[in-house]
Amino acid sequence: MYEGAVQELIDELGRLPGIGPKSAQRIAFHILDADAEDMTRLAASIQLVKEKVKFCEICFNISEQDTCAICRDERREGSMICIVEESKDVLAIERTRAFGGRYHVLGGSINPLAGVGPEQLHIRELVTRLADDSITELILATDPNLEGEATAVYLVRALAPLGIKITRLASGLPVGGDLEYADEVTLARAFEGRRVAGRAAAPQVAPQLPAPEPRTEVPARGKPEAGESTSDHPVDAQTQQRFVVPEMDDHRSATR
Amino acid sequence: MSRSGFASKSYRTRGIVLRTHKLGEADRIITLLTPNGIVRAVAKGVRRTTSRLGATLEPFMEVEAQLVMGRNLDIVSQAQLRHAYGQLLVADYPSYTVANAMVEIAEKLLEADSDSTLRQYRLLHGALALLSKLAVEPGAVLDSYILRALSIAGWAPSFTSCVRCGKPGPHEALHVQLGGVVCADCRPSGSLSPHPVTIQYLQALLEGDWDAVALAGPRARKQAAEIVANYLQWHLERAVKSLRHVERS
Ligand SMILES: [Zn+2]
Ligand SMILES: [Zn+2]
Repeated sequence: MYEGAVQELIDELGRLPGIGPKSAQRIAFHILDADAEDMTRLAASIQLVKEKVKFCEICFNISEQDTCAICRDERREGSMICIVEESKDVLAIERTRAFGGRYHVLGGSINPLAGVGPEQLHIRELVTRLADDSITELILATDPNLEGEATAVYLVRALAPLGIKITRLASGLPVGGDLEYADEVTLARAFEGRRVAGRAAAPQVAPQLPAPEPRTEVPARGKPEAGESTSDHPVDAQTQQRFVVPEMDDHRSATR
Repeated sequence: MSRSGFASKSYRTRGIVLRTHKLGEADRIITLLTPNGIVRAVAKGVRRTTSRLGATLEPFMEVEAQLVMGRNLDIVSQAQLRHAYGQLLVADYPSYTVANAMVEIAEKLLEADSDSTLRQYRLLHGALALLSKLAVEPGAVLDSYILRALSIAGWAPSFTSCVRCGKPGPHEALHVQLGGVVCADCRPSGSLSPHPVTIQYLQALLEGDWDAVALAGPRARKQAAEIVANYLQWHLERAVKSLRHVERS
């Protein structure tokens, strides 16, 4: 433990994402050593960001005004909305120049273990936004990992009854990653290769009605065979008896 | 050239990914349930879209992994998919929410009692496999899983004979804290009187009798789900966060 102010700085730095106690200590001592003017500028820019930057009232992208630069730009295609998890994903997609529409930033992905369900994301605001008839296509650009995929599945089901075409970024994005790490070429190609993820038969019905889910990318599941087991996972007499134990070749049919 | 006595030991294990956390720029911490216990390990670079490991080390996947022992956390050096449950479950939103609740419960139960790891592993594996087949209503798979996971942990409920005196049933009253049905003589205050069909349904869930489970109506399912959730909460000290997000049909 260090004396008051230094320890306080280390503690604060240690709360930042990706910074452990050791890094926090290293940065704190760098700040102590560094030029006072430089550090004052750093402190001022942190303060300024907290005072000035807020979230766009329409799309929840970061903005210095009530609405962000993209929502204010008249030249952007108003009929297409690209749905992303975070503001940094907007930046990644903007770098590709492959998309000229507008955005909606959800504020994360559905992750029940972290306490994040659909209610914690900006989904209600998205539904409100979609009352506008001029919107004809939604592009789901959530992260190509499990939470991002679950969020996309949820959105397709919730939004399909609106009768708007829904597409999902596809080709070239390997699952498991974060969108922001995709290189520009791959991400641009993913835009071109987006595929239809859902479109309702009956347009303009109230949202939230359960709709049949498109499940094009996952093969149909087999019927369970009662009492089935394999030598690999012997059935536990008392507690396990009726959970169907997986066949050994399940993973083959499940891999995309 | 000598490595100063710290030879990095590596080992191979089968495991189910319970959850992942972002770490630093592009890494993740993987919480892996293995037949020998819970392992927390770093998977380096998996959030880059060029990583092949990333798709394998997603929640609910059963993998065969090679790990290197580290000072604090082990490091995943290789992993192959055994069963891609994650990919199957994510396509059905209610199943995804149920899978989240199951892995959270598994982790919490094993923190309290690690002796039954292998049995909990098999139970979770079977439950994820069943869930990914979409053959049984996800809420029923969850409730059945909870009752049986608690049984393995030493808190087996009874829905047939009286939990106090052992008198054979059927009995009409149920006491959550006592762990099941009680006869008319034993019945303490605070006992519930659920519908007889609900008690039969709870027994079917405990046995995994899916034919009987399928016959239950929405009221019995709802009543049973409440009893199961209360029984779980009674035994677990901390709340199960993901239960709140479970979507039931
Ligand atoms: Zn905006
Ligand atoms: Zn009794």
